[in-house]
Amino acid sequence: MSGTILSFQDVVFGYQRYKTPVLQQLDFSLQPGRVTAILGPNGVGKTTLLYLALGWLTPWDGEIQLQDKPLSQHTRQERGRWLALVPQTEHTPFDYSVFEYVLMGRSPHLPPLGIPGQVDYEATWQAIEQVGLAHLADQSVPQLSGGERQLMLLARAIAQNPHLLLLDEPTAHLDLSNKARLIRLLRALQARGTTLLLTSHEPEVVLAVADDVLLLEADGTACFGPIAQIFTAETLSRIYQMPIRLVEVEGRRQVLWT
Amino acid sequence: MDFESALPRIQHRNRRRQQILLILAAGLLAAAGLSLLLGRYPAPGLISWSQLTSDNLAARLVFGLRLPRLLTALLLGVTLSAAGMVFQLLFTNPLVEPGFLGVSQGAAFGAAFAILFLGHSMIVLQSSATFFALAGLGFSYLLARRLRYGGWILRLVLAGIAVSALFSAGLGLLKYLADPLSQLPEITYWLLGGLAGITWTRFLSVLPVVLPGLAIIYLYRWRLNLLALNDETSFALGATPGRERLLLILAAVLPTAALISITGIIGWVGLIMPHIARRLFAADTRFGMPATMLLGGLFTLLCDDLARTLLSGEIPLGILTSLFGALIFLGLMMAQKSRGKA
Repeated sequence: MSGTILSFQDVVFGYQRYKTPVLQQLDFSLQPGRVTAILGPNGVGKTTLLYLALGWLTPWDGEIQLQDKPLSQHTRQERGRWLALVPQTEHTPFDYSVFEYVLMGRSPHLPPLGIPGQVDYEATWQAIEQVGLAHLADQSVPQLSGGERQLMLLARAIAQNPHLLLLDEPTAHLDLSNKARLIRLLRALQARGTTLLLTSHEPEVVLAVADDVLLLEADGTACFGPIAQIFTAETLSRIYQMPIRLVEVEGRRQVLWT
Repeated sequence: MDFESALPRIQHRNRRRQQILLILAAGLLAAAGLSLLLGRYPAPGLISWSQLTSDNLAARLVFGLRLPRLLTALLLGVTLSAAGMVFQLLFTNPLVEPGFLGVSQGAAFGAAFAILFLGHSMIVLQSSATFFALAGLGFSYLLARRLRYGGWILRLVLAGIAVSALFSAGLGLLKYLADPLSQLPEITYWLLGGLAGITWTRFLSVLPVVLPGLAIIYLYRWRLNLLALNDETSFALGATPGRERLLLILAAVLPTAALISITGIIGWVGLIMPHIARRLFAADTRFGMPATMLLGGLFTLLCDDLARTLLSGEIPLGILTSLFGALIFLGLMMAQKSRGKA
């Protein structure tokens, strides 16, 4: 199984033992440098799957391997260097500046109880610049708009410099131009060799960035494959239980629904 | 703007913050030196150095009574404000203070219990207050584990409120039962908090708990930021939120319990000092934590100076910290309002 960065082997997971599991016999592996989108209706377990990949949740059965070694055998710090998370929303109770907040992404690269230094400032600054928030570096986080917040969370993950980046609905709060900017950023990350695993409800985002698709069905099963195979009108119509068509407009595939 | 031009700004800000910390530390040392000489013997005011070396009683007074008291005041202020900062971050709530997980009310109940039933020995009172403070903490923790409602932090808050209410009801009962001429004044006096009875022995008795706790909090001064984030985010940044938060809560609560068992309830320090520190340094605890520690030490020291010198009799320290703490709090809120307008 070499050449995979993260693999799920017959993973079963549920929140309550007496109910049927949310995810059943999940089996797939992510190749380095590829972008995988998790698709599925609301409440099917997309975020759950990300948390399993992160190690925050532990499967009932089966195994998750990071670099051919079970996830649980990596130290917390190792995992922090391999994996980063961009959560969908995040509550920030106190007024950190954007710079201080993004700086927290450096923690897996510090010695235990270490204090960030110049190397970390540089990585932080570059991450902020990369997402285009350099002019807001001293801004207080609670004063940011929804879109700026989302970009800041991405900057924190970039500062973490992970091999595998997990994103939960990265475009959920963004307007059109920010969405385009985020898609460009994700492509740039991919070009640098980062593997991406993201959930999304937006077909155009998936079409724009994904190489592979993991389709979660309402019964907890899944199918995984290249986007051309999985992302078809039939499968989309089936999982969302409504008629969906794929059409080509000016050379780009678009999703049509009524 | 590239990093080369941004770096000097970042470094300048860090240096500026370090300078403010140095100024605070220097102020604290100066205040401590003056406080040692300040008192009502032989006359209200500062004692002179020549008198200190010639007068045997003066030397005994300064080094045997004032010094341990001064050190206790410093340690108390540092601990309460550091613990307050830890609590406010971990509970993501700017209105919690270190005593609220059943610790303050537990200690108060323990002290009253000792005064009523266990005789007059100070060591018994101290032990009883510590025991019930820890019982309050343990009870809150176990209760929070059993609650089936809300997230972990909310459950701890709810459990702390419930346990505090139980102990304060118990305290009310003890006050009702107490002999109004001998026991009740003693309970009341303890509840108001004060450092009049501090000796070297009592000061030294709390150090084994207080110093490790403060050391842990100080070492965590930057990493504490991570633990204030959402669980999953904190975990994704390489932290182990459950275990590390528990460690910090213990590092905050145990020293608090040990100290209030010898000083009584001292309010508002743990609530206000972190607010002032955040005013100075925004939310980042890297400089905010040392700042809150220094500010807490300074504030408590000055309040205790007033407590022992203002009148010929002792004013309970808890009254003064509440009075000045509340005044500062009001001032902060007003200042915020006017800044918002500008």
